[in-house]
Amino acid sequence: MSNMIASLYNIRLLDELAEKRTIIHNIHPLIKVLTTCVYLIVVVSFNKYELSGLLPLVFYPVIIIALADIPIVPLLKRMLVVAPFIIGIGLFNPLFDHSPMVVLPWIQISGGWISFFSILLKGVLTILAALVLIATTGMTRIAAALGMMRVPRVFILQLLLTYRYISVLIEEVGRTVRAYSLRSRGEKGIRFSDWGSLTGQLLIRTLERAQRVYHSMCCRGFAGDYNVGSEKRIQIGDILYFTGWGLYFVVIRYFNIPAAIGSLITGV
Amino acid sequence: MHMADALISPVVGGAMWAATAGVAAYSVKKVQNDLDEQKIPLMGVMGAFVFAAQMINFTIPGTGSSGHLGGGMLLAILLGPYAGFLAMASILVIQALFFADGGLLALGCNVFNLGFYTCFIAYPLIYKWIMRKGYSTGRIFTGTMLSAIVGLQLGAFSVVLETLLSGKSELPFGTFVMLMQPIHLAIGVVEGLVTAAVVGFVWKARPEIIEKAASGEALGRVSIKKVLAGLAIVAVITGGVFSWFASAYPDGLEWSMFNTSGKEELEAPGGIHQTLAAVQEKIAFLPDYGFKVQEQETNANAAETEEAWPAVDAGTSVSGLVGGVMTLLLAGMTGYCIYMIKKRNKAGAV
Repeated sequence: MSNMIASLYNIRLLDELAEKRTIIHNIHPLIKVLTTCVYLIVVVSFNKYELSGLLPLVFYPVIIIALADIPIVPLLKRMLVVAPFIIGIGLFNPLFDHSPMVVLPWIQISGGWISFFSILLKGVLTILAALVLIATTGMTRIAAALGMMRVPRVFILQLLLTYRYISVLIEEVGRTVRAYSLRSRGEKGIRFSDWGSLTGQLLIRTLERAQRVYHSMCCRGFAGDYNVGSEKRIQIGDILYFTGWGLYFVVIRYFNIPAAIGSLITGV
Repeated sequence: MHMADALISPVVGGAMWAATAGVAAYSVKKVQNDLDEQKIPLMGVMGAFVFAAQMINFTIPGTGSSGHLGGGMLLAILLGPYAGFLAMASILVIQALFFADGGLLALGCNVFNLGFYTCFIAYPLIYKWIMRKGYSTGRIFTGTMLSAIVGLQLGAFSVVLETLLSGKSELPFGTFVMLMQPIHLAIGVVEGLVTAAVVGFVWKARPEIIEKAASGEALGRVSIKKVLAGLAIVAVITGGVFSWFASAYPDGLEWSMFNTSGKEELEAPGGIHQTLAAVQEKIAFLPDYGFKVQEQETNANAAETEEAWPAVDAGTSVSGLVGGVMTLLLAGMTGYCIYMIKKRNKAGAV
C-alpha cells in the first residue's frame, strides 16, 4: 500500500512542480528535451575511468534546480530508490578490476573503484537530468514536444491517456488492496488463491471503465486527437539556451577543466 | 531489471533506441491500420492498469516473500502484440520520466527488453501456438507460464548483452549470465503464475475478452514471416546505427575506452571488447575518410593511450582531484547564489 501512496505522491509532486512559472519552465519543451538528450549522451560517453572530467556536468542540474525552484530533497529520495541496481552492478567492478591507480602520491586504489565511482556519478547525473526535465516541463508539454518531433499521434495519445489514468487506477487498485488487507489479518500481500480473482476483477472493471471513457470522449467530440493546447513558437532565447548548454557540454567533453584548474593551483 | 543510463554506452543506447523506434513505428502503423478508434482509450487505460497492478504484492506460497507483476505478457494477451508493445513502451516512458526508473537513454533498451520479446517472440511463437486448438484452462496456464518465462529469460539475456557491449561494467559474461538468468527464472515463474491466474479468471468470467483479443479481429495478427522480417529490419537498423556511430566518432569517443584500456582488458574474460574495437577500427577507418588526418589522430590517440593508461602519473591525478573538488564547490556555490538571489527578489516583491 505504501508504495502506491509514494507513487501517487511522486507523480502529483512532479505535476505541481511542472506548473510553476520560472525562466526554465518558460523554455520551449522541445528545446528542453533536446538539451537533455545531448546532456545524457555526453554524460555516458565519458570513458569508464573518468571522474574529474565529469564533474563540470554537475553544473547543469544544479543551475536548473536552483533557477526552477525545485526542492532537492524529493529528487534525492527518488535517487536513493533507483540507486541500488546501479550500485549492485557497479560494485562488481572493484571485484574484477584490480589494476592499480594513483589518486594521491601516497594513496593507490584499484581501477575498479574508480570505474565504480564513475558509474555512480553518471547514475546521479542521468537520474537528475530526467527528473529535472519532467519537473520543469510536465507530461503534456513533453507530449507536445514529441508531436513536434513527428512521433506518431497514436503513440502520443496512448502515452497521455496512460499517464492520465495512472492516478485514477492506482487509487482504485489501492482501495481494493486496502479492502483486501483489512479482511485478511496478518497477510503481507494477496494470497495465492486470490491472485487471479482479485487482479482479474480489477482488470474487468478497468476494461469497463475504458468503455465508459471512450463513450464520454465521443460525447465531448473526440475525433482521434488529444488536444494539449498550442505551444508557443521557438524563440531566440530558446535557441540561445540550447546552443549555450550544447557548447558547454562539448567543451566539457573534450577538455578536462577540473584537471586544468587543479594543475593551475598545484602547479604540476 | 531496468537498464540504467549509467551502465550503457551511447552506441548501445543509440542502437537500441533505433531498434525500438523501428518496432514502435511498425506497431503504430499496424495499430492505425487495424485498430478501431475505440481501442485507443483501451490501450491507454490498460497501460495505466498494468502500471498500477505492478504495485500489488503477491505472497508467494511457502516462502514468506512476495512477488510482482511485470505485465508485458498480460498486455500482449489482452491487446495483441502491436498495441501491447506500445502500451508497454508508454509505461516505461512514464517510469523513466517520473520515477527515473531506467533512464531516458536506456529507454530503448528497456522497451526492447520488456516489450519486444514478450510481444513479438513469446506471444506469437509460444502463446498463440499453444492456443491454436482453442482455449482451455490447462492451455491458458501452460501458454501463459511458458511465454512469460521465455519472454523474461530473453529480456534478462538482453540486459546482459547490452551491459557487456557497453563495457562500463567489469562483470564477466559468464558470471553475469549465471547471475541474471536464474533470478529471472524465479521472477518469470511468479510473473507466469500471476498472468495465468488473471487470464484464466478473466477467460472464465468474460471469455470474449481473451478470445477476441487473440483472434486478431480488431487488434491485428502477427505472422511468423513478419516477425522474422521485423527482426531482420531491426538487425539492419542496429547494424546501421552501430556503424554510423562508429564512423561518426573516428577518434573513438566511446571506443577509445576499449583501446585505452586494452592492456587491462586482455586479462579480463570479456574478450569481446577487443573484437568490437577491431570491428570499430575497420568501420571507422574507411579509406574515403581523409586518411592523413586520420593517421594523425591515430597517432595522437596512441600517444594519449600510452599516457592515459595506466594512469599512474601522480601529478595528473592530484590536479584532477584538486580541480574536481574546486568544480564541485563552485557548482554548489552557483546553485546557492541563484537560490539566494531568487529568495531575495521574492522577498523584495512581497
